[in-house]
Amino acid sequence: MTSIGTGYDLSNSVFSPDGRNFQVEYAVKAVENGGTAVGIKCKDGVVLALEKLVTSKLLKPGANKRIATVDRNIGIVSSGLLPDGRHFVSRARDEASQWRGLYKAPIPTSSLADRMGSYAQAYTLYSSVRPFGVTAIIAGWDSEAELPVDGQVGSGPGVGSGGKKGGSKYGGPHLYMIEPSGLYWGYYGAATGKGRQIAKSELEKLNLSEGNLSLEEGVKEAARIIYVAHDDNKDKEFELELTWISSLNGPTKGRHEEVPKELKEEAERLAKKSLEGDDDDEDEDKMEE
Amino acid sequence: MQATGMLGEDGIHVDMNHLKKGEVNLGTSIMAINFKDGVILGADSRTTTGAYIANRVTDKLTQVHDTIWCCRSGSAADTQAVADIVQYHLGMYGITNNEPPSTQTAAAIFQELCYSNKDQLSAGMIIAGYDHRHGGQVYSIPLGGSLHKQAYAIGGSGSTYIYGYCDSYWQENMSEAEGIQFVKGALQEAIKWDGSSGGVIRMVVLTASGAQRHLYLPDQAYKGPGKQ
Repeated sequence: MTSIGTGYDLSNSVFSPDGRNFQVEYAVKAVENGGTAVGIKCKDGVVLALEKLVTSKLLKPGANKRIATVDRNIGIVSSGLLPDGRHFVSRARDEASQWRGLYKAPIPTSSLADRMGSYAQAYTLYSSVRPFGVTAIIAGWDSEAELPVDGQVGSGPGVGSGGKKGGSKYGGPHLYMIEPSGLYWGYYGAATGKGRQIAKSELEKLNLSEGNLSLEEGVKEAARIIYVAHDDNKDKEFELELTWISSLNGPTKGRHEEVPKELKEEAERLAKKSLEGDDDDEDEDKMEE
Repeated sequence: MQATGMLGEDGIHVDMNHLKKGEVNLGTSIMAINFKDGVILGADSRTTTGAYIANRVTDKLTQVHDTIWCCRSGSAADTQAVADIVQYHLGMYGITNNEPPSTQTAAAIFQELCYSNKDQLSAGMIIAGYDHRHGGQVYSIPLGGSLHKQAYAIGGSGSTYIYGYCDSYWQENMSEAEGIQFVKGALQEAIKWDGSSGGVIRMVVLTASGAQRHLYLPDQAYKGPGKQ
């Protein structure tokens, strides 16, 4: 990077002469060192997956969860600086709760992404703060059902409301990724962190825009991609974290939940198996003798 | 000042008789119903300050978004202020979220305002709206600030006289003409028996094709002129 060391990289709120904010670019560097995080939008739900790097043998396996639930139907995973990620999630929960307080209904995923995008962007403006050292992936399922107002009594006419226009689909899966600059887009598949390049090229192979991938296939692909993107040479230990949100008539009934143990183990088994193709048989095959 | 009041769904009698001396009151008959293609709102047009009729052609049907309207009863000042605030919120909602607010959203904001300011307000509201996803919906927010989703709702001092009428003539899935006749018939009775209701009958019909106003005048025996 040219113009580093010229003094324009020391503060937010000061542009470099060629129109860049170096503090934001350095924040992106912090993200590039984080464990890989992946989100996949499937036809009947959304999956979040995380390569949680184990920094000490003394950490309890399965504890210290990193994928957070924001509202019942929304989850967030981030890679980069852990404390920044937790503050980001905390703000997202405040936004969801504030929305519920006024509108007596869950916040739409798109509105949460918009508010969190604005929040991240505000941290690029002032010299008293630094940008978020995280890129966050927001996954949500907006209910396809007609939701009552929280706390309402009664349910209207027994025959249902008159004058409904059929033909349109409402609600469904949503996936957004927010960068340290505050930039956010909606995605079919999103990846960030160390292994993002490999993960992105794997995601592209899934042809997600065609909308054929089922949620269960999505879970298995997400697990596989985390395993493929993991670099054994640099980081030895990692733990896979997997969450999902299905449609109302699916396994999670529209809620953001951890993927059940059996399915997660199956997904990890398949992921490891797919890796074996690369460097032939490893320990698992030997067990079968 | 005459006593006005209404019996809530839970059987609690709430007293509306706490207006300031000389405060403008919508001693009122209002209602909203579901029908086959959407909703119909209806109201009389009398506004009183004590025994004096301050306005005989009042419009108690207030628009808060394209196809979300409300019927106002109680203090004219309070209900206008509440409707104005809700209109602002719904306008902002539509702009910031790139989609029009649903009737549920409107009802939620009305309820939040009416409940959190219940000690200072005298406002009985009926909210009715139409959207393609949810069709027509009717919500009632009586004096305490509770929220009731109903097939049809009646409110104001005149409503006490038409519980029996509405109960025996109500049908679900009425046609537009039947719905208009039901609202008109009910409000005519309310106007006949309630001293603080009167004047013209105003209606708004909310369907997929938008909002349509109706007007029925006493000197035409409430038969016309009809659609505006």
